[in-house]
Parts: sequence; C-alpha cells; structure tokens
Amino acid sequence: MSRPNPALALLRNSWRQLTSMRTALILLFLLAVAAIPGSLLPQRDVNIENVDAYFAANPRLAPVLDRLGMFDVFASTWFAAIYLLLFTSLVGCIVPRLREHVRALRAAPPAAPRRLDRLPQHARWTTAGDTAAGDAPAPAVTRDAIAVELRRRRWRVTVTDDSVAAEKGHLKETGNLVFHLSLIGVLLGVAVGSWFGWNGNRLLVAGPDTAFCNTVQQYDEYRLGPRISDGDLPRFCLELTDFTATFLETGQPASYSAEVRVDADGGAGRSETFSVNSPLRLDGANVYLLGHGYVPVLRYTDRYGQAQTVSAPFLAVDGMLTSEGVASFPDANVDPTTGERDPQLQVAFEGLFLPSAPQQPPYVRSTHPELRDPAVMLWAYRGNLGLDAGIPGSVYQIDQRQVEAGRLLPVGDPQLLRVGETMTLDDGTTIEFLDISQYVTLSVRHDPGSGLLLASSAALLLGLMPALFGRRRRVWFRVTPAGPDAASTTPGSSLVEAGGLPRTDHPGFGDEFRELIRALGGDAGPREGRH
Amino acid sequence: MSALSDQLLVVAIFAYLLAMICHAVEAGFGTRRTAAATLPDRELAAVAAAGTGGGPTQPAPGSDLTGPAIYKTTGTGSERTGWAGVGLAGWFAASATVLGALFHLACLVTRGVAAERLPWGNMYEYMLAITFVGVAAWLVMVYRRPSLRPLGLFVALVMVALLGMAGLVFYTPITPLVPALESYWYAIHVSTIMASSGLLLLGSIPAAMFLLRSGYEQGRRRFPYPLAKRVPAAASLERLTFGLHAIGFPIFTFAVIAGAIWAEHAWSRPWAWDPKETWAFISWVIYAGYLHARATPSVRRTTVTWIAILGFLTMLMNLIGVNYFFESLHSYA
Repeated sequence: MSRPNPALALLRNSWRQLTSMRTALILLFLLAVAAIPGSLLPQRDVNIENVDAYFAANPRLAPVLDRLGMFDVFASTWFAAIYLLLFTSLVGCIVPRLREHVRALRAAPPAAPRRLDRLPQHARWTTAGDTAAGDAPAPAVTRDAIAVELRRRRWRVTVTDDSVAAEKGHLKETGNLVFHLSLIGVLLGVAVGSWFGWNGNRLLVAGPDTAFCNTVQQYDEYRLGPRISDGDLPRFCLELTDFTATFLETGQPASYSAEVRVDADGGAGRSETFSVNSPLRLDGANVYLLGHGYVPVLRYTDRYGQAQTVSAPFLAVDGMLTSEGVASFPDANVDPTTGERDPQLQVAFEGLFLPSAPQQPPYVRSTHPELRDPAVMLWAYRGNLGLDAGIPGSVYQIDQRQVEAGRLLPVGDPQLLRVGETMTLDDGTTIEFLDISQYVTLSVRHDPGSGLLLASSAALLLGLMPALFGRRRRVWFRVTPAGPDAASTTPGSSLVEAGGLPRTDHPGFGDEFRELIRALGGDAGPREGRH
Repeated sequence: MSALSDQLLVVAIFAYLLAMICHAVEAGFGTRRTAAATLPDRELAAVAAAGTGGGPTQPAPGSDLTGPAIYKTTGTGSERTGWAGVGLAGWFAASATVLGALFHLACLVTRGVAAERLPWGNMYEYMLAITFVGVAAWLVMVYRRPSLRPLGLFVALVMVALLGMAGLVFYTPITPLVPALESYWYAIHVSTIMASSGLLLLGSIPAAMFLLRSGYEQGRRRFPYPLAKRVPAAASLERLTFGLHAIGFPIFTFAVIAGAIWAEHAWSRPWAWDPKETWAFISWVIYAGYLHARATPSVRRTTVTWIAILGFLTMLMNLIGVNYFFESLHSYA
C-alpha cells in the first residue's frame, strides 16, 4: 500500500483534532456559552409556568425559540452534542495518557544524563574516604547511602553502575487522570439517574380519606425514566396525620414539620416525621416536603336537603398565606327521587381564605400566616360548571369561560365566614364553614444514579488536589572516585555530582534540591529564599 | 449590636479609604530618597545596576517571588522586597489595611451576634463576608511576599468599592434564617462558596495587573498601562494569579458539590439548573478552561489571564446579577 487511504487519513486527522487541547478548550467555552440561555430563558424542567407565561408574552418569538430547544437547553440536542464531543475528546486524551502513566509508574527512573551540570539544578562536592580523620570531615557517600536517603524521602530510586536516578511526583498525573475519569463517572451518574429514576409531585391533604399510594395515577405530575415503567414503582401509601408550621411575628416561617403514616408493601404501618432539609427516606423512594397550605372544609346543603362536604386545598398567594381556591359541588341539587341532575343547578364557591383576618374590611389580605382568626370569603356561583365538557381546567379557579358565556352566574354578594358560620343563598341552600385542615405538597423521587454521582464527585475532588499541587521532578547522583586532580587528595575520597530537573512548573524545587544535597553532606550554595 | 455593626462597617470603609490614600501617596511621590537612605549596600548596588528611573528591567533569573533576599529592580528601581526599607506612607497603608480588616471582622462578628446566627444570611452579609475573605487572604499574601505591596492600592480600592456598594445598595436589616436554610449544610456550603469566591475575586486583581504590567513591560505607555508602573514583574503577577486560582478552584468545586448534596436534601434533586447553579456551572467550566489553558504551553499567558478575568466576570454575574435579574431558588436576600 503506497498511499494511505484518504478516508482513513481524514478520520485520523479529525480524531487528532478532536483530542487536541485546543479543541477541548473551545468545547469547554462552547459549553459555558451554551449554558447561558438556560439561565436567561425560563426552562420547562425548572418552572413550566414561566415557560407558559413567556409563550403568552412573546407569541411570535417563543415558538421559534422552542424549536431551537431554548426552553429545554440542558436536554437539547445541541447541548448534548457539545458535552458528548467534549467527553469524547476527554476520553481520547485520557486513554493514551493513562497507558503512558501506567508505563511510567512501572518503569525505572531514566538514567542520568551525561552532563549533570547542564541541568537547572546542579551541585558537586567531594567526600572524604574511610581514612579521613580530620575535624568534621564530610562523611563518605556511597550510591547506596544516597539511595537510602532518597527512599526515606519517598523518591522512586534506581541504582546503576555509577549513578543513582530518582523520580518523584507521579501523584500529579495520577490525580489528573482520577479527576478526568471521575468526570465521566459524574456524567454516567446523571445518565443512570435519568434513565432509571422517576419522580412525581403530589398535593396531600391531611386525613385518612385523602391518603395516597405510590402509583402514577395518583400523582398530579410525574416523570418516569425511559427504562422504568409504572410497575417498577415501589408500593407504599402515605397519609398525612399532622403538619406543623411555626412563624415569627413578622410572618417569616421558622419551621415546618410533617408527620405521616407510612404503609409500606406488606409491612405494618408506622409513623414518620420529616421536614424541609430532612426528607423521608423510604425503600426505593425519597419523599420531600416542598410546600404547604390550608384546606377549608365546606358543607353545602342543597334544595333537597342533601349535604355534601368538600375539603378544598387553597393555594397561597402571598407570604401571609392569603389563599385562593374553589369548592365545587357538581352533584348538587340532584333530585333524590328521580336521580336526575339539573346541569343548570351545579354550585361552586370561589374563596379567599385568610388565616388571620384583619379587624375590619377590606378582607383581602391575611395579617399573619398562623390561624389566629381564620375566615373565608365566599363568592357563590350557580349554573353549569363546565366540568363535563372534558376541557381540562384548574381546580383552584372557577372556569371563566362558563362565566363569560353566561352559563355560570354569580349568586348574591360575597360573604365572610368564620368556622361554624353558615351562609344562605337566595334559593335557601346553605354553605357552612365546618373546619380547617392542612395540606402539604410533596415531591417523591428515586434517583439510582445519586450514589455514583456522589462517589464520582468525591473522587473528582480527591484527584483535583494532587493534579493542581503535585510536582514531578527528577534527581540524579553520580559518584566517582576522586581523581588526582581533585581538591581533596585523601585516598578513597570520591566526587559526588548531582543534578535536578523539575518536570513541571515548580518554583520551590531549588530549595528542595539544596536541602537534599545538604542532607547528603554536600553544599549547594546559599538558600534562595522561600517561594 | 446591629447598629454597632453598621457603624463598624463605616469605620472599616474609612480605614480602607485611608489605606488607599497612603498607597497612592507612596506610589505617587515615591520613597526613593528615604529608601536610598535606608538601603543596605547590596541593595544600593542592585538599584544602581538597574539604573534608577530607567526603563523596566527584568528581575534576576529565578528571582520572581523569591522573598526577602532578592532585590527586585523593576519599575523605577525604588521598589524593594522586605519590610525594612518601606517608607512612612507604606507603613501607614499597611497598618490602615490591617485596621480596616479588624473593623471589618468586628462588623461581621457583631452582626452575627446580633442575628444569633452565622452572618451569611443575605446578600449584604454575604458581600461583607467574601470581601473579608479577600482582604484576609491579601494580608497573608503581603506578609509573606512584601514585594506585592504596590498591589495594595488596588485591593483597598476594590474593598472601598465593594463595601460601599454593600452598605448602600444591598443593606438589609437583620432577619432570622428561613427554614430552608436551617441545615448544617448551610455552614458548609456557604462558608466554602464564600472562601472560594473571596480567593477567586482576589485572584482577579493580580490577573488584571498582569495584563497591564505585561503591556507596560512591552513598552506600552498609553493610558491604562502606566498604572502598572510600580507593581511587581509580570511573571510574578501571573504566578500569583495562578496560585490564587489553584487554591480557589478546588474549594469552589467542593462548595458546589456540598451545595448539590444539600440540594438533594432540601429540593429533592442535586442539580436542577437553577440560575445560580447554571452560573456556578459556567464559572466552573471557565475556570477549568483557565487551568487547562495555563497548562498548555502553546497558549499565551495573556490569553490565559483573560480567561481568568472572564471567570471573574461570571462569578460577579452570579453573586450580583442572578439575585437581581432572575427568579432563583437561591433568592433569600
């Protein structure tokens, strides 16, 4: 084969290009730049409501951005392309270096160069022989003695016929490789968590009737990893038995604590307490407390005297837990004798709940988040609630389309009720404010990649230190019998020549070298000072 | 106690201001005469050899940052290492900085006592704390390497600017922590983020001075470059920049990891691409790029240092910008 295959050559060149440091640097910066839109634009993964709001505010621009993946930056193809290329480049760079490093670790330090005085650090001195008996003679230094001293200082040493070669600081490259390999571990941890993990969010009202069990149907929203199906979810049920929140006088929250009854698959029910910052760790799932709110319990008695009770979770609209919600009674006014239901006689109440109602009107804002003087302001509506139309609507708001179309009409004036009080509508039906319950919002999550993620992060950090602060360096010593021209003419004296070479930027190497020479009985000149 | 803390901040700012003026006096009027009077013979010889007031000269080989025994003959030749020959203005500047740092610390401590918690609960306290980390690291550095002293002008300038901004723009009355912050991870995550931010922000000063100084050493004399007339040699500044970043980066990495562990405890997922996290990611990537670029011989040192400056800008964006422009889970202030 006289000419190399052009396709192969192109491939080889591209690979070289990709694994070059220059490309890696460019990819790193691309990665940083690519992350910026993820913070400037709302992200579906972070806050879907903000994305919807952005669509509403920018109806022309948003779809274009959406097609570019700008609302899912960190899950987008182009973001993945950058980091996958970067990791390919990293692997391409690391694997040869790993091979090289393993070889270097097993190889003996290289033999001494011929001219040690050409090295950045150099020293020579003569030692006295065995017969030396003068005052303070330099001790005889043999190659073995040098090797012993170097080994004591944890150098890797080889002794050859006339010289000693030693090397130190392989830990730097080890750390470097550990750091880069653990980055791959981090990526794998994220990938495993995404493929085999699942999570769901759910609002849980206190009480045994509103307990929930861990199936996807029972979540308000959920995400299953591509390798997970509904059947893989661990079986357990949760019932909120108690929730306590304490607040400062200013209304700032001081503590939250939720108590639940856990019925795990096959086991007996047990009581558990958890709070913000200390999640409930169950087998195969963690339960996190994300939020809380109040649940007015309302009883509506219809034209036929039939009573229905609704526990309606209200959503907080401010820090004082002023909350809004709706209590709907779609089955109100069903004739008990015929079982017939009049779709024009459904009833709903729009409510504003004030945990601490102000002393006098306007009753629009709570004065404190605690239940100091709880009251609910109710607006009654009668007509068709539009629940049968099959159009999804918020359970916290009256369907305004029905109101605008005149199918749902307001009834009378709003009224402020305290617990135990009753409001009577124009047709004689009544709504009674029975009680106040609480709810919590929970996130239930399973992330099988988190262990790998944590271990890789720890390894990353451990590798980073020696990679940054480690220093590779070599020293050589050559011991020769002193010639007749040597200054010391004592028989048996020898000439020691030493050289040192820092392999990486190491401003302190000079000092270390001189210290070493001094320990071996030589003189390497004055100390240069500290670095 | 809270009012005392506020007053101490003002005193600290004045002390830094005084330090700045003293540094400026020292730099502006020079101390050549007094310096020459106190110089030992050897130093005089070095100064003479370098040519007083002559163009920039290279320090002796291997002498950068080597400490007291090496006589730097950069700039006008009046600059020496060691504290022995420092003029009155220099001593005042150094004392004022130390004094400023003490008041600064007292301001933080009284704030913490008044709030009955670690004083890192909001933007204002956070700014106070990272600037303190910066000034403490600076004092350690300048104590060990007195040759860096001329940089003090810029350190004091940054201190006055940041503390003034903290007091005027970010001031917040004392409030207790919200439950989301009631965790031991708060102490771990926030203290390490602050330490690393302080070091990385401090690292940007020699980085910027290096860019000026290397231009000055190449003979540029147009406006910004003469500012670097009296600062240490470019090579020392560059090495110092790297040193600060090399210490700051692992601490920053640890802080981000600690934050991820805490986020798993509090928000259910270790990483959620919250704007603060996104910008921490950006900073981390940029600083990783800086360290890689510096380890690559083919990349010029000025380019490398520009990357560090870019990293500094992303940190600043994260410290201030994110709190103001974005809705973030990290918004407690």
